[in-house]
Amino acid sequence: MMKATYYPGCSLEGVARDYADSIKCVCALMDVELQEIPDWNCCGATAAHSINRRASIELPRRNLRLARTLGNPDMLVPCPLCFNRLKTAVHDLELRNPCSEPPQGLEFPKIWDLAAFFATDEKLEKIASRVQKRLEGLSVVSYYGCMASRPPYITGAPDYENPLSLDKIVKTLGATPIDWPYKTDCCGASLIVSMPGAGLKMVEKLLDMARRFGAEAVVVSCQMCQGNLDMYQDRIEADTGKHYGLPIIYFTELIGLAWRLAEAGGWLSRHFIDPVPLLLRKGLMAGRG
Amino acid sequence: MAEEARLVGSSYGAENAEMVRQPVLSPDFDFLYKVEASGPFNASHCFQCRKCTNGCPVSFAMDIFPDRIIRLAILGQTAEVLNSRTIWICASCETCSTRCPNGVRIAELMDYFKELAVEAGIRPALPAVAVFYRTFLDNLKLTGRVFEAGLLPTYWVRSRQVVSMFKSGEMRKNVEQAVKLFMKKRLSALPGAVRGRGEIRSILRSSRPHGRSQ
Repeated sequence: MMKATYYPGCSLEGVARDYADSIKCVCALMDVELQEIPDWNCCGATAAHSINRRASIELPRRNLRLARTLGNPDMLVPCPLCFNRLKTAVHDLELRNPCSEPPQGLEFPKIWDLAAFFATDEKLEKIASRVQKRLEGLSVVSYYGCMASRPPYITGAPDYENPLSLDKIVKTLGATPIDWPYKTDCCGASLIVSMPGAGLKMVEKLLDMARRFGAEAVVVSCQMCQGNLDMYQDRIEADTGKHYGLPIIYFTELIGLAWRLAEAGGWLSRHFIDPVPLLLRKGLMAGRG
Repeated sequence: MAEEARLVGSSYGAENAEMVRQPVLSPDFDFLYKVEASGPFNASHCFQCRKCTNGCPVSFAMDIFPDRIIRLAILGQTAEVLNSRTIWICASCETCSTRCPNGVRIAELMDYFKELAVEAGIRPALPAVAVFYRTFLDNLKLTGRVFEAGLLPTYWVRSRQVVSMFKSGEMRKNVEQAVKLFMKKRLSALPGAVRGRGEIRSILRSSRPHGRSQ
């Protein structure tokens, strides 16, 4: 059993409960014990780095200090924006103190984007070993969004223009990952609230391209992307007269499906665009669990 | 000075005759030094290749393209930069900073300009965006984590959109969405509280930029 520090982030307690539940379940079966940072706080998100730079560093830094008390070498962060802000806070410290090594025992844990953590060879093997029903015949596009990749001097992502972590996981599960050009194109994030005209346009562009490349579903690792593509899809359909019907599925949910976990039905039932009809049609689900 | 900058800035490329009659630029050449002293932004490294603008997914909603924002900053056209929609519509997707061959941190500069605009008491060209960010940070002061059920309603009230949203039917769509989320147990009615929220409050208070932001 491996112990890892876990920073869920605010939305996994609320809007992204489906993501949170699937992560907990899948990690337990992968022999990864998630230890939540005690009393963690919001990372400040886009709001802080937009109008209050100091807070955008100080807020994640409090989490890093708390994370250190757990003493694990690895820290898993499912939300790419949280991941990015935590990494930025570390980067900021290194800029300020370029020469000083942190004293022994006071190093920060290695901060992992959850999808990248799952896409290491060792973890892929583990994922493969538990597959009960390969997801043959399911064609999906992997959509990574921005913050797990960019900017590379913060994220450390080696393949930031063409990330592959989700594609590797999809392939391991037996589904077909389609290569498409909008893997890392922005979904507009909170613009969908503050500038809906622009935000909806950005989501529409992504959905159009996914359709054009023959995707039957979109696999994601970011709850912000998931929310924008899933919750606003019917509105874009109503506004434009286009039809998508594209389920937006978390990679952890997809793992649960291939592992035939009874809980998977519950996670998927929380989506706006119901993935179940597609999965039933493909014979990839035994019915609502 | 703002008015002059606006006149000249908005006529680039177009009315040459007008520019000859309006030769007074009042460039604030100290602006670039101020920018460069404020962070590792590398604004002066820009050689106008436009890679930033070419990759920008929000350029369609901008009044001044990112490469021009950088150029205007170098030319000391402070008012043009700080009054632009561009700095507020930027989605912080970091494509520009990632692809810039000269290491100009364009997205980070957009943040810096937003903060400068707030400090200078300039009314944001896109007030809704500014109000959303402020509401988000105020929301954090309550409990130290985002209280999702409270965020959007507070934002609609503070951005004075409630009436227009009712009229346009936008409110109905949003309420339907919220109800659906609630039914799916994805929206909790109560915020989760951080024990150290006093600390969070002091982080947000002590570093709060002064000046009005709307």
